[in-house]
Amino acid sequence: MRIGVFICHCGSNIAGTVDVAAVARAAAKFPDVAYATDTMYACSEPGQEGIVQAVQELQLDGVVVASCTPRMHEPTFRRTVERAGINRYFFEMANIREHVSWIGKNTERNTAKAIELVRMAVEKLRRNRPLIPKRFDVVKRVLIIGGGVAGIQAALDCADGGQEVVLVEREQSIGGKMAKLDKTFPTIDCSSCVLGPKMVDVGQHPKITLHTLAEIESVSGYVGNFQVTIRKKARFVDWSKCTGCGLCMEKCPSRKAPDPFNEGLCTAPSINIPFPQAIPKKAAINPDTCIMKQKGKCGLCAKICPVKCIDFDQQDELVTVDVGAIVVATGYDLFDWHKYPQYGQGRYPDVITSLQYERLLSASGPTGGHIKRPSDGKEPKTVVFIQCVGSRDRSVDRPYCSGFCCMYTAKQAILTKDHIPDSQSYVFYMDIRSPGKGYDEFTRRAMEEYGAQYVRGRVSMIYPKGDQLVVRGADTLAGTQVEVAADLVVLAVGAEAARGAVALGEKLRVVPDQYGFFVESHPKLKPVETNTAGVFLAGACQGPKDIPASVGQGSAAAAKVLALLSKDQLESDPQVSRVTPARCVGCGKCVQTCPFGAIKLVEDRFGNPKAEVVETVCQGCGICTVTCPQGAIQLEHFTDNQILAEVNALCPPRIRVNYAS
Amino acid sequence: MSASDSRELRIVGFLCNWCSYGGADTAGVARFSQPTDLRIIRVPCSGRIDPLFIVRALINGADGVLVSGCHPRDCHYAEGNFYARRRLETLKQFLSATGIDPRRFEYTWVSASEGQRWQHVVTEFTRRIHELGPAPIMSHVSEGAWFDAAAPAAAGQSCPCHG
Ligand code: SF4
Ligand code: SF4
Repeated sequence: MRIGVFICHCGSNIAGTVDVAAVARAAAKFPDVAYATDTMYACSEPGQEGIVQAVQELQLDGVVVASCTPRMHEPTFRRTVERAGINRYFFEMANIREHVSWIGKNTERNTAKAIELVRMAVEKLRRNRPLIPKRFDVVKRVLIIGGGVAGIQAALDCADGGQEVVLVEREQSIGGKMAKLDKTFPTIDCSSCVLGPKMVDVGQHPKITLHTLAEIESVSGYVGNFQVTIRKKARFVDWSKCTGCGLCMEKCPSRKAPDPFNEGLCTAPSINIPFPQAIPKKAAINPDTCIMKQKGKCGLCAKICPVKCIDFDQQDELVTVDVGAIVVATGYDLFDWHKYPQYGQGRYPDVITSLQYERLLSASGPTGGHIKRPSDGKEPKTVVFIQCVGSRDRSVDRPYCSGFCCMYTAKQAILTKDHIPDSQSYVFYMDIRSPGKGYDEFTRRAMEEYGAQYVRGRVSMIYPKGDQLVVRGADTLAGTQVEVAADLVVLAVGAEAARGAVALGEKLRVVPDQYGFFVESHPKLKPVETNTAGVFLAGACQGPKDIPASVGQGSAAAAKVLALLSKDQLESDPQVSRVTPARCVGCGKCVQTCPFGAIKLVEDRFGNPKAEVVETVCQGCGICTVTCPQGAIQLEHFTDNQILAEVNALCPPRIRVNYAS
Repeated sequence: MSASDSRELRIVGFLCNWCSYGGADTAGVARFSQPTDLRIIRVPCSGRIDPLFIVRALINGADGVLVSGCHPRDCHYAEGNFYARRRLETLKQFLSATGIDPRRFEYTWVSASEGQRWQHVVTEFTRRIHELGPAPIMSHVSEGAWFDAAAPAAAGQSCPCHG
């Protein structure tokens, strides 16, 4: 092997405290090194040209560059050597800038250290193999899981970008949490007026296929080539015929079940269209409450339906789609506040959640937009808001800030005054966290213009007195106890990971954090990527987010998808594991440990089990290599022999094994 | 700092590419000065680090071995560092049985943004190794026994206990 070594000055960055010429002189004596020199800026145009020329003129088979961190320029130099006509994996880098010249001032020591790092790189390179990436076709279709505002935005952006979109939503209609809101902060514009048109666009877009009342059954494959099976739940209505006229809903005699869209504030018929703006606007039967499904008689809706689309025998349906990329936008759930004994745990009907209050405020809600308290329908005059219910509270294992409750509480206090001018709101808070654009001004308006009384402190208990509720808490600013006689108490419940997120994450190989929110690839630089190539995150499934942030992330995820799907073919990274079948005993340990499910056991022609790596799924971590008791599975480019060669270069074996003796 | 005044010792570091190697880069970019004794070997994941590598370095005469990976739960490969933690902890317990001072080996977690933490880790570990002094040559092993153990290790890729 003929190796060329290039020691970079990096201006004075390296040459200032490393004797680069001495390093080159030392490197020239290393085994297989045919040429060693120092160069001013190896990564510059002339620097790269020098490498190309040297490779071609001196017929080098490998190149070592000692310069900056490989995390910066390894791809650059790999391209360079490839341009010179050798395989890009016959290249190694020694990091003599970040790890040498920049952290120590002693030239003598730095030079010695640089020489050793170069020696290490040469020893590794001597054991490198040419690796060739495989190319494979990309399926030009994207799956979006979750039809809340983040998923809707991602779907529209991808579809407008020319890609086919499959949108899967668990509920009957898209719209998510935002569809339930009355107005949005800090602009107080009407939520369904902004969201509604977008929902219609999704429903009508020729490139978007919408599956609601559907869940992800299984996911296999890899970036560019996922196979996804979707379970479309039986809805007992033929949606190809249903016109959404709603006649069936009016006649349905079973209307005891709480209405999920209205957060249980009222009941819904067993055959139902969740809300007037629902997309798709189709009815579905809830088999748990339907008299026909439960008792076998009724069928009134089937008789009344003008287009005869009711089908009590409908079954779940499985659909399989091929997609090239996946966006997860499964959103969040509300914290279950019944864990707080001090708030009555559900004993007092006039203690409600913030989302229930949204429905009371909404003109399309159960009260037509009149605030009426659940117990007796009276208009409340004193409303107490309690913030941080299930946020920033270690005692219920929710130490994180839910991020948007301060804002929606201020909004609800403002809207309360709008609806009931002679009302008084009290807000118990811990801190006001309102860092968004126009947010702080908004919370101030709630206090100053709308007269909401902000009390800093937690509420210790709520108890009934007459037809009111007494809210007792501390005012930590005044250092006193406060008691407020309230007509209605609204709990600003925090956000937690959507139910089922962890199970979905397992199917997608996306890890949840300890609270069940999905973990992004890098918190700063890769906020919508996951560590599974081709799977992206949007919205609150990654952590609590308000609407603007969710929309922004939906678009960001769409941009990533469009960039990915703009390619016709992808290259798989050849730095993957490889099995030597002769050594493999088929124990399957590697199969169990691989976090990506990239290894499977197959039978060789004698019927013996052998491990086999699915190259496109393997991410190249090398966990299997350490696991294998046989040394049968080796991570390419980081084999045991290569790493041991580096160890030996740094610590030469003290005793030479002499096999002749 | 005293470590840099005395003779340099031989410390080998195994760092995962994503977090700790990045953290060491961050420390470099920020010019956080560090003792020069450490040489870093880059691996994709702390889960790629075979305890064999560490033992090999120590047998070959390294005065200290430092392993660093991503903080648990932050692993680029989902769970590589959990495997690493188990293996490295076992190795640590096991080292004293081999006659190698277990204080010569340490593992830690440093993220790519924690340049300062990396400086601290390197400085502290180097100080510890200097306090322990150069590793003793393993003279209590007879040369014959030594050959028996070393030959298969040098010949194959796997550690001798795996056959
Ligand atoms: S946003 Fe405000 S109310 Fe919500 S959890 Fe954070 S601090 Fe509490
Ligand atoms: S762990 Fe090694 S021996 Fe066991 S199946 Fe995997 S490759 Fe084969």
